[in-house]
Amino acid sequence: MSQHRRRRGAVVAAVVALLATLVGCGGAEPGPPVLTWYINPDDGGQAEIAKRCTEAAAGQYRIAVSQLPREASDQRQQLIRRLAANDSSIDIMSLDPPYVPEFAQAGFLAPVPQDVAARASEGVIRSAVEGATWQGRLVAVPFWANTQLLWYRKSVAAAAGLDMNRPVTWEQLIQAARSQNSQVAVQGRRAESLTVWINALIESAGGSIVTDPSVGNPEAIKLGLTEEQATRAAEVIRNLAAANVGGPALSTAGEDENVAAFEDGAAGFMVNWPFVWTRAKSGVEDRTLDQSVPQDYGAALYPEVVAGTPSAPPLGGIDLGVGAFSRNPALSYQAIECITSAENEAYYFVENGNPAARSAVFDDPRVIEAFPMAATIRDSLEQAAPRPQTAYYSEVSASLQRIYHPPGAVDPATAGQRAAELIRAVLAKKELL
Amino acid sequence: MAAPTLTRDPPPTPAPGRGLSDRTRAERRLGWLLAGPAFAVMLLVTAYPILQAVYDSLFDFRLTDPTNREFVGLSNYGVILSDPIWWTSIGVTLLITVVTVAVELVLGFALALVMIKMLRAIRPVIRAAILIPYAVITVVSAFSWQYAFSLDSGFVNSWFGWLPGIAADTDWFGGTASSLFVVCLTEIWKTTPFISLLLLAGLAQVPEVLQEAAKVDGATWWQRMWKVTIPNMKAAIMVALLFRSLDAFRIFDTIFVMTGGANSTESVAFLAYRQTIERLEIGLGSAVSVLLFLSVTLISVLFIKGFKIDLSQTRGDR
Repeated sequence: MSQHRRRRGAVVAAVVALLATLVGCGGAEPGPPVLTWYINPDDGGQAEIAKRCTEAAAGQYRIAVSQLPREASDQRQQLIRRLAANDSSIDIMSLDPPYVPEFAQAGFLAPVPQDVAARASEGVIRSAVEGATWQGRLVAVPFWANTQLLWYRKSVAAAAGLDMNRPVTWEQLIQAARSQNSQVAVQGRRAESLTVWINALIESAGGSIVTDPSVGNPEAIKLGLTEEQATRAAEVIRNLAAANVGGPALSTAGEDENVAAFEDGAAGFMVNWPFVWTRAKSGVEDRTLDQSVPQDYGAALYPEVVAGTPSAPPLGGIDLGVGAFSRNPALSYQAIECITSAENEAYYFVENGNPAARSAVFDDPRVIEAFPMAATIRDSLEQAAPRPQTAYYSEVSASLQRIYHPPGAVDPATAGQRAAELIRAVLAKKELL
Repeated sequence: MAAPTLTRDPPPTPAPGRGLSDRTRAERRLGWLLAGPAFAVMLLVTAYPILQAVYDSLFDFRLTDPTNREFVGLSNYGVILSDPIWWTSIGVTLLITVVTVAVELVLGFALALVMIKMLRAIRPVIRAAILIPYAVITVVSAFSWQYAFSLDSGFVNSWFGWLPGIAADTDWFGGTASSLFVVCLTEIWKTTPFISLLLLAGLAQVPEVLQEAAKVDGATWWQRMWKVTIPNMKAAIMVALLFRSLDAFRIFDTIFVMTGGANSTESVAFLAYRQTIERLEIGLGSAVSVLLFLSVTLISVLFIKGFKIDLSQTRGDR
């Protein structure tokens, strides 16, 4: 997943977090209970929502935010270490969906009350609910849902003769980019974003990385990496690298590097999260980007691997969990219901560019004005597929990154087999990572 | 009469040897009193975690699954030592250590010579200027060098485009050799000041009389350097090399920031981080840490034996 953070927003959030922590430290003072919300860095939206919900609570509780590290993997590490030490200061957590099963399996999440669970899944996009579910039960509340779109330069697509009103395939994109001497920007860096790409390719081909997580006996995990669909996915990676349309930085490019290449025109096509649009708009405001650039932007559904089979775009976003050692789980869930209200989700979408988990928000006129491609984002979310759901997600993801990096060296004939063997050996603790 | 008295009666004032030993004993006691608290704290903050790591390394223990903790003896060590990744990491770490320490020794020595020959008036300024890189936080220096070499924000490719092998689209972090080159360069830039400062202290210890005597005997600059200066600062050189080697062997931040371990650039410390912090496998990770600790100890022993120097005897009184 990716959150775009402007420096200004980060500073504001940091100051707010600092003040909130200082306030939170005075635990002895009388007044309503303080709920600490561990947030991922954003443009200040979560801090503002915390303030709004504190006001709405009318003295029942106060929410103080505390900022986690920048990367999702570092956020996980910090939260896990704290929870393993029974940290009772964690009331609400902003969690990256792929790590939710790990938290749930370890017993680090306070159970979601049934009535809250019912309300939290009603009118919420299917894939977002799926991502917050473990062992058939909702274990966290979807707050916002992210997905990757296929971003394209209208001029490049038109010159290549691509009809972007219809779904396109990776093969078409590679050819179009080659004919226009342009690039298809993908996240090939050895990081979580590479797993996001691999998973979307395999899911789009109709397969799955993990077919059965085998809870309780991780060594017996069932993997779909040796299936034909995974081979198709690896072929896309190989073809893209072999056609030389990935750009010179294919093996080191992450989301931010790719937006830069898309903005300066080096890449005519790119798969990336919607922050691309917010970033272009603020670039125009700050006069670092010409107005004609975002006007040339187009957004379509994630490319297909098999022509005619709808793609399964990546799913990201944030789910809210309640710490198992929180002193106020009931109040925390009450606060979460306020945070995830349609009104607050719309605010967060418009101001911070993070798409809502509730479908209705996409019809909000403010949202449509800020994001003309809101309908495409919702369509993409409707067909999005979560990353492998297993309590050992971190191991699975790191193993995949080791085998599928650098993208130029991926051999479709062996990659799946090698990755499957590595994942099994790592889960059996027979190999290092 | 006088002689027997002298031999029979204890002297009115204690013999010089015994008097000194009294003082030495008092000194020693004072020494223990002064160093004792620090020693106790050191035991607490280093010995305790080390022993804890050794203990943990004997278990199959995942942080999120404490109930299934299981004693597995030395099998974690077996897993590590039979894994090619471990040996690749050892190779990468040794390569970085040897390359950076060798280059830094030469550069640092040259800088130390420059500093000692400098006019007294500007010496503090130069010394401060040379020390600046060492004062920069490693993560910050790693980021600045990464930005300098990266494709989207870097200037290196356009500045050095005239060199063979460097083009506008050279991706430095896209391959093992080029990534390690940048990592080594960053390390050298950052820690040469440290080595040069230690060598400067060693240079200042070489007695001027020896230099003058050698000069009078007609020794050339090279001869004085090899026969007088360097042998007399052997202890300083060893300390500098030892400290830097131990430091270089534990390299982590630069690699973490620049490549994240991609393209086989993982160091041993990075491997320990991966297992312990990322995988949450406390047992396996502790075993990697213990092996790293043993490697570092081995390096120290080799250095101290190799240089045949007793560090406690280098207070100037040889």
